Amino acid sequence: MIPAQFDYVRPPALADALRILKEREGEAKVLSGGYSLLPLLKLRMAQPALLVDIRDLDGLDRIVETAEELRIGGRATHRAIHEDATVTARYPLLRDAAGGIGDPQVRNWGTIGGSCAHADPSADWPAVLIAARGSLVCRSADGERTVPARAFFLDTFQTAIEPTELLTEVRVPRPGDRSGGAYAKIERKAGDFATAAAAVQLSLADDGTIAEAGVGLAAVAETAFAATDAEAVLRGGTPTEELFRRAAQAAAAQSRPAADGHGPVDYKRAMAAEMTLRALRRAVARARGAT
Amino acid sequence: MNEIETIAIELTVNGRRRALKVAPHHTLLDVLRDDLELTGTKECCLVGECGACTVIVDGRTVDSCLMLAVEADGAAVTTVEGLAIDGRLSPLQAAFLDKGAAQCGFCIPGQLMSAHALLALNPHPTLAEVQEGLAGNLCRCAGYQQISEAVLATAEGADR
Amino acid sequence: MSETYHAQAPTTTPEVGGMGHALKRREDPRFIRGKGEYIEDVMLPGMLWLDIVRSPYAHATIRGIDASEALKVPGVLAVITGRDLEAAGLHWMPTLAGDRQMVLPTDTVMYQAQEVAAIVADSRYAAADGVAAVLVDYEPLPVVVDPFKALEPDAPVLRPDRGPDKQTNRIWHWESGDKAAADTALAGSDVVISEDIYIPRIHVASIETCGCIADWDPVREHLTVHMTTQAPHAIRTVFSLVSKIPEHKIRIKTHDIGGGFGGKVPVYPGYVLAVVASLTTGKPVKWIEDRSENLQADSFARDYHVHCDLGTTKDGRLTGLRVRTIADHGYSDAAADPSKFPAGLFNVITGSYDLPAAFVEVDGVYTNKPPGGVAYRCSFRVTEAVHSIERMVDIAAHQLGIDPAELRMKNFIQPDQFPYHSATGWEYDSGNYPAALRKAMEIIGYDELRREQAEKRARGELMGIGISSFTEIVGAGPSHTFDILGIKMFDSCEIRIHPTGSAIARLGVQSQGQGHETTFAQIIAEELGIPATDITIEEGDTDTAPYGLGTYASRSTPTAGAATAIAARKIRDKARLLAAHLLEANPDDLEWTNGKWSVKGSPDRFKTIQEIAFAAYTNHPQGMEAGLEAVDYYDPPNLTFPFGSYICVVDIDKGTGQVKVRRFVAVDDCGNIINPMIVDGQIHGGLTMGLAPALYEAITYDEQGNNQAGTFLDYLVPTAMETPAWETDKTITPSPHHPLGAKGVGESATVGAPPAIANAVVDALWHLGVRHIDIPITPQKVWAILREKGVTA
Repeated sequence: MIPAQFDYVRPPALADALRILKEREGEAKVLSGGYSLLPLLKLRMAQPALLVDIRDLDGLDRIVETAEELRIGGRATHRAIHEDATVTARYPLLRDAAGGIGDPQVRNWGTIGGSCAHADPSADWPAVLIAARGSLVCRSADGERTVPARAFFLDTFQTAIEPTELLTEVRVPRPGDRSGGAYAKIERKAGDFATAAAAVQLSLADDGTIAEAGVGLAAVAETAFAATDAEAVLRGGTPTEELFRRAAQAAAAQSRPAADGHGPVDYKRAMAAEMTLRALRRAVARARGAT
Repeated sequence: MNEIETIAIELTVNGRRRALKVAPHHTLLDVLRDDLELTGTKECCLVGECGACTVIVDGRTVDSCLMLAVEADGAAVTTVEGLAIDGRLSPLQAAFLDKGAAQCGFCIPGQLMSAHALLALNPHPTLAEVQEGLAGNLCRCAGYQQISEAVLATAEGADR
Repeated sequence: MSETYHAQAPTTTPEVGGMGHALKRREDPRFIRGKGEYIEDVMLPGMLWLDIVRSPYAHATIRGIDASEALKVPGVLAVITGRDLEAAGLHWMPTLAGDRQMVLPTDTVMYQAQEVAAIVADSRYAAADGVAAVLVDYEPLPVVVDPFKALEPDAPVLRPDRGPDKQTNRIWHWESGDKAAADTALAGSDVVISEDIYIPRIHVASIETCGCIADWDPVREHLTVHMTTQAPHAIRTVFSLVSKIPEHKIRIKTHDIGGGFGGKVPVYPGYVLAVVASLTTGKPVKWIEDRSENLQADSFARDYHVHCDLGTTKDGRLTGLRVRTIADHGYSDAAADPSKFPAGLFNVITGSYDLPAAFVEVDGVYTNKPPGGVAYRCSFRVTEAVHSIERMVDIAAHQLGIDPAELRMKNFIQPDQFPYHSATGWEYDSGNYPAALRKAMEIIGYDELRREQAEKRARGELMGIGISSFTEIVGAGPSHTFDILGIKMFDSCEIRIHPTGSAIARLGVQSQGQGHETTFAQIIAEELGIPATDITIEEGDTDTAPYGLGTYASRSTPTAGAATAIAARKIRDKARLLAAHLLEANPDDLEWTNGKWSVKGSPDRFKTIQEIAFAAYTNHPQGMEAGLEAVDYYDPPNLTFPFGSYICVVDIDKGTGQVKVRRFVAVDDCGNIINPMIVDGQIHGGLTMGLAPALYEAITYDEQGNNQAGTFLDYLVPTAMETPAWETDKTITPSPHHPLGAKGVGESATVGAPPAIANAVVDALWHLGVRHIDIPITPQKVWAILREKGVTA
């Protein structure tokens, strides 16, 4: 449980970090919190030659809201997101998720950027960003690109980010009126990775039907994914228990869980449905004004 | 395999400035225990699942097995050895003693650090908040109820 | 002399702090300051580090070990392989159960994570790099994971090293009770309830892992081993027998131990390798296992496949019990049971019930898993016994349509039946089982809960109430029956009173968190009136402590606690003679009260124990030995039988299968209590370690023998969040044969809690046609049942 040796650098500015990532392409890894990376290093499942610690980069932990979106710096911790006043006021999906990640120590140091770049299939943020139709800003020495969350998470521990890029920001569209979000997760004990989790972000039309819905699932496929069939069921529908159940079944049908210590395939699929159902109930209640 | 160069760091530990050279792959836990001989912080799972190595860095609890020592450059670190006030037990430590919260004692430094940070953030926690605040610290002797009672008693005592 | 039991209020003042006082623990000031000294905190000058290469395969031939790259790692000094040990005859070592296990393999690895080679280096970092650089060429062999398949005729023989008459995977067969009587009783029963109950493999997972520093002094030819052991003296004797180093040249030294629960009784290869490395290098060598090594390679607990047949009349009078068990021991029987009891005290399986006939048989079996069969806070397989009988009694009650509490009341051994002789040969010392169950039922509001359950069931909600009325059997044990490797299971205490009236006591047992520094001081305070705070308790240094068998199976209070009381009474007897000398009175005219010998009828003529102590060194009568000290090796006349009744209420989430323990009332009876705060802490801890296997923990293997729970990510130790608010209470039925009337308590709750929880879950589901669920009762298991029964989609 001791990592192999590596070099460490703590660049003072973003430009320096990006230059190093470019110069040491393929042998450098970004350190942003370390709660996922350090165990990998200790188990020697990753043996990078260089760690680039981004803690000194200015502004990378900022959380700001614009007219269109919430912009969360890649180095913002789960705890900072959970405690952020804007998140608390208008982004219940994010608040739900942030408060339930790991344990207090994990939330204190783990970051949204680190979690997304690591892309553990059971991680919470990817499903949340997918449901919220968020995007991720990838910056390199050569420029910046914004990747929709739905195109970012490719496979287990695989994302659209390039080794020369840094995940500088996560963006979440600002929810309109009569919208609500919720995150429902089942875990075996406190701090465990999810057995299944569902993120829902939806908005209601004036007639009370569901105008738009995003559903992201965690832990029930090789990576987090958009439950597009469930979204189709929901879109335009009247939010009833029956509709929620149909959507939950559609979400489960689209899941591709693998059996492991959390349970067999059928159980995980059922939990995907159950968590979708629970998140839908809460999201709709919130869209109708509940807290 | 060549020896990798050490990096000079400076940090404040329990109020005292410490300057030392550390290897990049050594954790804060290693350096606290081996270099600074602060062995109150315990080593157990080494992957952040047990909380025995919990210390407070810049006001936030961290599993010190998951923070590299070089990351703590410039930081203020509090370990269990830094809780006592002028050599006397802190109210939280005294409450642990009163409630019989310790059994084998191995997890206790980590529990104390998590509880200390919790009370700093939330001086009047509910039982549920205490349990949530301690969720990252395993106790196999399972004195959870006594530990929680000690935290609540400390909060209550601070009111008087 | 005051020999009364302390069932009520303490008889000493709080300043003296004898029995019954909730004295604050004397070990805690150092723990809460971070000044405890555990093995990982001990550093010796010039110390080297040892780390271990482990097998990724559960069964494989080792074709070769290439350590050349490892030896090039800066700081790596040596690599030790099985071939190296073979040259010294040290590649095998005996287990406490009379089997043998490999220190390092020469040809074949037998389980995943088995030790394959050791690296000695000048730092732990270099040692780890060395481990990563060793290349081992394995040829995988067929893996035997299932103990039932291991017994099939075509199964590969896993231990061909055993004698020609033992070319089978059956290690031993053990029987207890009267087979013919049990068969007859069952044949004549109205109803026979049969069930297969699996009690899975679990791991103690103490937060401190195991470790040691072996320190061989080549000049003095002396070996000191600082180690995490629950049984220092036994370890010293075993080390001496194996290494041929004379026993007086070996010192075992413990430090603070971060939890043991049985896992620190055995000798692990790492300890032996550190000794070999120190003998080789002449330097201290430290080995500390990491968490995954601990979970994957150290001794496990349980792994019992139990089949029970329980006979009963139609109206619920139990008639007989027959039990057949397959015990999976991994590749070696490394259990730490008394020699005559390869299945521990599992035959206490008749439990709290007046069962006229019983027969128990157990077969130990080899598989490609880590060796063991140690306790997990379970008193030598009593957990397995209690879980089985409490599940069976509950199934019987449900099947007969009798309330589980009523059926228990009807079949309890009654208070006037003690001492009670069980059908498997135990003599229960004392008990009042109906009182404990009644008290638990009153506290929890049993009848009201049954009404609530009926209402909820009508609404389709799943709520269950489960009872467990367990009987423990601890305090091993009487020398006519109990030994480990031939060493009788007495325990010991030596007390010295200093001239100024303070004292030191040394014991043969070994605290791992039980608070011995406090409770043993309280016993002496009780017996001699010396304040507990004036008494130092020392354990775990074999050079100074009297010989004892150590702490496990809840034996410290029943054995060493008794030795402490008797040694103190020996001192009191001598103090009487000294007092008579000082008071110029006849010893027969003196009486003992509150730490003083006084002249009967003249209460103002007295000498305090402190005055007497001073006189023992300054003014003792001619012809009497100076000093005031005593030693006692206590050979218990019988075991003690703590008991209790637990009631658990659960609610089940139909959507997820999650079980929530809403309430849990635990009424314990451990006889007289030395320190109620410590007893409460022990019960809380035991309850949580009962909850854990009931709902969360299990070590499972896939078909290739890969451990599926080798880290705390998958081995689910409960946190504060999962732990219910335990409601504890007690009854007090003193042990008639223990000098203090105490019985021991460390494991009662771990033994008693799992069936209460399992019974509650089954109670919630019985109406759906559910008879039994094996622990751990995970959400996935409950959900699968709910789906099968059509409760959930």
